[in-house]
Amino acid sequence: MWLFDKDLWIEIFHTLGKNMFRTFLTMLGVIFAMIILVLLLGSANGMSNGFNKLFAGTASNSLFVWGQSTSEPYKGFERGRRIRYKLEDADILKKQIPQIEVLAPRIELASHRGTVSVYRNGQTSGSAVYGDYPEIDNITKKKLVEGRFLNQTDIEDSKKVCVIGEETYKLLFEKGEKAMGEEIRINGVYFTVVGIYKPNNNINIDGENAVFIPFSTFQKAFNSGDRMGWMAIAVEESTPVAFVESQIKTILKTKYDIHPDDERAIGSFDMSEIFNSITAFTTVLQGFSFFVGIFTLLAGVIAISNILLITVKERTQEIGVRRALGATPIIVKRQIVIEAIVLTAFAGLVGFAIAVGILSIMNSMWGSGDDFPFVQPMISIPQFVISFILMVGLSVLIGLLPANRAVKIKPIDALREE
Amino acid sequence: MIEIKDLHKSYKMGSNSLHVLKGINFKVEEGELVAIMGSSGSGKSTLLNILGMLDSADSGEYNLDGVPIKNLSETKAAQYRNKFLGFIFQSFNLINYKSAAENVALPLYYQKVPRKERQEKAMKYLERVGLKPWADHLPSELSGGQKQRVAIARAMAAEPKVLLADEPTGALDSKTSYEVMDLIQKINDEGNTILVVTHEEDIAHMCKRIVHLKDGVIVEDKKVEQVRAEQYV
Repeated sequence: MWLFDKDLWIEIFHTLGKNMFRTFLTMLGVIFAMIILVLLLGSANGMSNGFNKLFAGTASNSLFVWGQSTSEPYKGFERGRRIRYKLEDADILKKQIPQIEVLAPRIELASHRGTVSVYRNGQTSGSAVYGDYPEIDNITKKKLVEGRFLNQTDIEDSKKVCVIGEETYKLLFEKGEKAMGEEIRINGVYFTVVGIYKPNNNINIDGENAVFIPFSTFQKAFNSGDRMGWMAIAVEESTPVAFVESQIKTILKTKYDIHPDDERAIGSFDMSEIFNSITAFTTVLQGFSFFVGIFTLLAGVIAISNILLITVKERTQEIGVRRALGATPIIVKRQIVIEAIVLTAFAGLVGFAIAVGILSIMNSMWGSGDDFPFVQPMISIPQFVISFILMVGLSVLIGLLPANRAVKIKPIDALREE
Repeated sequence: MIEIKDLHKSYKMGSNSLHVLKGINFKVEEGELVAIMGSSGSGKSTLLNILGMLDSADSGEYNLDGVPIKNLSETKAAQYRNKFLGFIFQSFNLINYKSAAENVALPLYYQKVPRKERQEKAMKYLERVGLKPWADHLPSELSGGQKQRVAIARAMAAEPKVLLADEPTGALDSKTSYEVMDLIQKINDEGNTILVVTHEEDIAHMCKRIVHLKDGVIVEDKKVEQVRAEQYV
């Protein structure tokens, strides 16, 4: 097989090596094209990773449902009626909609997004207070600095424990003061701190200034009975959230005598929509980068073809001599095409190495993703393989141009030229 | 060795055609040293190109060592050239970025001779032309006479049946010309068949036979007493 013919490669590297400057100039275009391609793809990947990190800990296929006021009169009820859910709704929904994976009921003190005064040793913080089930942690993950999150025993025994946000900690405690095991007071009831969580740079639905207590404890301490404020629901990966959302609404509308067309009575928020639009955004960004990069690469490869065309002209005499000495047209063609491939591949690798270097510098400067969503900008192996194959494929096609030109040179004409 | 019968060749120059070769007949036996003479435009270069399979005749026969040369594809022509013919050009036509030894080895590369053998043979022929110490030099580092000797070594490296020399001394001063002719004569003495195209009388008389071309026909074909170039060197 000629591909493994050592002499062929020696001949090619010899030819390229003996014309270093020309070879280098030829490669510049592809080197830059590859740098641009890899930087674009790497940055797009970095943004994608950044967004992923931003949403890490939040179940993407999830939604939140809460009660609002009706906007339509129905079955003798006037409009403006406040919808209040009962804890039993959670079980009803879970039973009727098998696609629901996790359903975490929640109740809050005061109104939605409202705050309550929390006291400790004369210090006060206006915090949100939530009664929660441990399952909520499967939907919006809390990053704990210290201690633990609520667990099943807390619910069963209605323990007077709480998990507080870092912001709440700062308001209630001195800097560096131990909080674990300390008590805080909410509406006259004392709760022991068992955990502190910190904001994790992602979507923070609950805010940083919040206190979480077991749902059952909340019911007893604040006498909330079987009321339920809202539900966080994780849906099976394969099921669209919108489908479950409409089922939930139908069931709740029937149960609470809400007009079927009333859009305002039940509040809901579909997390997957945000995820989908961001995924779409990063996908488009990546696609666009690839598109731009490939065309830059095409331009680079065309530049190689162009310079090879010029060198073929310049090498007319040489090619004529080679053919007079017995080089068949195929040998001449093959030499030029392989020169094109070797130039492109080598330039591509050089460009790739440079771009990877730049990306890792970018990574070390901004890669933590603290300031803006940009994490680990790097191209993936499939992306690299695809662009490399495309590049080499292009170089074969485009190398044929000067190769055919070289074959068209009649040795007799070439030798006459002096 | 070479047999040509009624060879015709014309070139199209725009609307009118130029009849360059008008029926050439001649034979060259093995071991001959033939000079082809003629003024410019006589058709001597065209004849050499056809003999060298760099160009094809319009009509007529051409047999090289019993092989009919007709309707060759580019690939076949290249293979025949490589196997049967060695070329020596007026302007040397060495590849300028290859050393003397690499230039000499090039025809062997196209014969797919293994690398080692190629290098050995190249050195052997460089030694024959007295340039072994210059094996690693680039053409630009050699004098005109040396370049032509490298070219002769290259032409011989593939051990062809016929050497074709197109004005081999055209670009050289007379002293160097005689050196080159001396080399050609010695190669001929060993039994190689050589055709030399020239327009210089003294060079022609260093061959054993002179063929005169004029306006596309052979006007004279005579054997001559060979003048040895050695005495002028």
